[in-house]
Amino acid sequence: MNTEIPKNFGFGEDETMLRDSAQKFFADNCSADKIHGLVAGDHDIHRENESNWDKNQWQQIVELGWTAVCVPEAAGGVGMPAVAAVALAEEAGKVAFPSPLLVTFNSTFLLNACDCDAATKALGTIAGGAATSLAITNQEGSWDANDTDVTVDGDMLSGTAYFVQDARKVDQLIVSAKNANGVGLYLVDISSDGVNVIADSIVDLTRDQAHIEFTNVSAIEVAAPGTGNQIIDAAMPAILCIVAADMVGAGEWLLQTTVEYAKTRVQFDRPLGFFQAVKHPLVNVMLDIDRAKSLTYNAACAVDTDQDNAEKFARMAKAQANEMAIFSSSRAVQFHGGIGFTWECFVHLFFKRQMHNQVLYGDAKYHRAMLADMLIGAAV
Amino acid sequence: MSEGQKKETTEQAEFRAYCKEWLSKNHPGRPDVKIPQGALELSDPAALSWLQKWQKSAYDAGLIGCDYPKEVGGGGHTDCQAIANAEMQAAKTPYLPNIIGMGMAAPTILFHAQDDVKAELLPGLLSGEEIWCQGFSEPGAGSDLANQQTFAERDGDNWIINGHKVWTSLAHFASWMILLLRTDKDDKYNGLSYFVVPIKSAIGKGVTVRPLIKMTGETGFNEVLFEDFVVEDRYRLDDVGAGWKVAMTTLLHERGAGNLVTPSSGGMSVEEEGSVSVGNVSSLISLAKGQKRNGKTAADDPQIRDEIIKLLIRQESMRQNGRRNAVPSLVDHPMRILLQGKLVGTELGQDIAELAYQIEGIASSLNVTDQNAPGGGQWPLAYMNSFGITIAAGANEVQRNILGERVLGMPKSK
Repeated sequence: MNTEIPKNFGFGEDETMLRDSAQKFFADNCSADKIHGLVAGDHDIHRENESNWDKNQWQQIVELGWTAVCVPEAAGGVGMPAVAAVALAEEAGKVAFPSPLLVTFNSTFLLNACDCDAATKALGTIAGGAATSLAITNQEGSWDANDTDVTVDGDMLSGTAYFVQDARKVDQLIVSAKNANGVGLYLVDISSDGVNVIADSIVDLTRDQAHIEFTNVSAIEVAAPGTGNQIIDAAMPAILCIVAADMVGAGEWLLQTTVEYAKTRVQFDRPLGFFQAVKHPLVNVMLDIDRAKSLTYNAACAVDTDQDNAEKFARMAKAQANEMAIFSSSRAVQFHGGIGFTWECFVHLFFKRQMHNQVLYGDAKYHRAMLADMLIGAAV
Repeated sequence: MSEGQKKETTEQAEFRAYCKEWLSKNHPGRPDVKIPQGALELSDPAALSWLQKWQKSAYDAGLIGCDYPKEVGGGGHTDCQAIANAEMQAAKTPYLPNIIGMGMAAPTILFHAQDDVKAELLPGLLSGEEIWCQGFSEPGAGSDLANQQTFAERDGDNWIINGHKVWTSLAHFASWMILLLRTDKDDKYNGLSYFVVPIKSAIGKGVTVRPLIKMTGETGFNEVLFEDFVVEDRYRLDDVGAGWKVAMTTLLHERGAGNLVTPSSGGMSVEEEGSVSVGNVSSLISLAKGQKRNGKTAADDPQIRDEIIKLLIRQESMRQNGRRNAVPSLVDHPMRILLQGKLVGTELGQDIAELAYQIEGIASSLNVTDQNAPGGGQWPLAYMNSFGITIAAGANEVQRNILGERVLGMPKSK
């Protein structure tokens, strides 16, 4: 079942070209100054729940083919390996890109794990630019694929899905819902009758989140009740890779920005970076980023070529990315000193994105506990 | 595709096949003497001699020094040493004893010595017949390596050397030493020069080697004293005053970041049946499964489990860093991962040993000499010994300076 494992993670010339074009796109369009202007215009803690993003940029990246990258050729996509999406997610993380790109990748991997005509058709719409998000989390925020507060009766959904990422930027949802046979997966057009998107007020300014009420909503089944939980489990390694890659990118921005500040900010007649109390922790941030990055590319490679180990490697990647996310953002704020604590300093955008990322799909302790069960054996 | 971006050349493919074939017939088998865990702990001449025989046979077969030019005793190949290393590892061979010679002295000699000196010294070095040691550290020059006080004074075609070197591993067996010293007292960096010096033949004639006792009670390294030790000028590497530059070649290779791949073999377990294998996380898991902790199995303790998994993640990330380092498009700065190797490897080893002795609980208080010590007392010993390598070869604090300055571009902390 497993194909040969490429030493270069499957990151070849095509993937490098795609990544380089993404770097150019972000350099041209998404300076930190511009993103800050877009999402942080209102600093009032009682501000409205806005979803600030640039829909024209979404059109541009759809035209660049990014949403088709991991859609199979048979469904109208490019059929590149998961590392290609990981590379794009990493670049998006470097600019704290407000967009439905990450959730659309996650949806792509979930649909790739389904095996039916309806899923193939849905993948085709994603390749064509339909932004898609996952509604697979219950009110408790459980990451167990069996847990959902939505029920299905025939092809009609009722109930509420929680913690839906970038819900106000997407065209469609994949919803987990259960009946007596278990959990199934359903494609729902977000503008359908009976869908009520209720925005959450969240800390992270670069994304939005909602809970979504379904009242007798007509849906298309992509996985039958009793199979949806296994499909979520099968897709989870790739989903964890996408989030971890965003964190690696955001971590690198935090590191480089803080290093730049440490080179220029002078106190006690010397640049901050002269002092080992600043220099050494920044080196430790770099070590943490490199660990997370290597583990993420390894896990993404396993998604395509070593499925037996994909879950183990993806949990390692997300656990390490979580530790790195906290460390990289805390050091960035601390070493920027007083200015780092202000709204005008761009660091807070990335700090908040890292806070959000690290609790999304499980924090470090959760993944390490799962790994302990896999690698040491369940505790008595 | 399986070889990643670089395809193996015909030369490499043929060489790999040759190595496999030779190793299948010439593995030395189990030693008839007790071999310590690494070359730097060698103290029994019989163990050294057994390992030297292995190194000589692998050298004669062309598996060691394959990328060195033929004129200096090498194999004249291109990028083949890594292949020989991998094949020796796969064949579970013993390790090579002359590690300071091959890892530090050989590349430095190749890049900086005059031709007749290369031809004189490299064959005996690569074959392992002549053991080498490194004379860099001094009582007043540890992390501040350039603060060398050992002094060489010119005397016609000779130099007269006086000084004191410390932490000199393998000096008790070494024929030769790479030696960093001072030739000008007025210029810290440009006042340094670099020599290769014959120490064994000069013992009692200007050279004294004395063992130093480690905190564990074991010997393993030495101090070396020079009193009017006379050395010929042709054994100077590069110009007078260029010692710091030459030392950088040595240090780059020591940290695994040099141009030449260091010959290495290994894979053969040196432990007796039933003793613990220190240094990797999987041995921690078996340890925790067999250990009681306040009436429960340690492997069921949620905090122990979490700590073990943290170390497993670090171990896997080291492996994947090495893999990523070979993919240039996934590495931002060419030295970024390479220069992390020593730092993250030695700290991981230290943390593994620390957790292991803690898992053993109060029983870890028993020394290697106590017959009731769990696992022969290897874990508390390994923990103490782990400080040797977090300090040696540039203390890890210095490694963090190097990474912060060379890779991240922050200002120098001096």
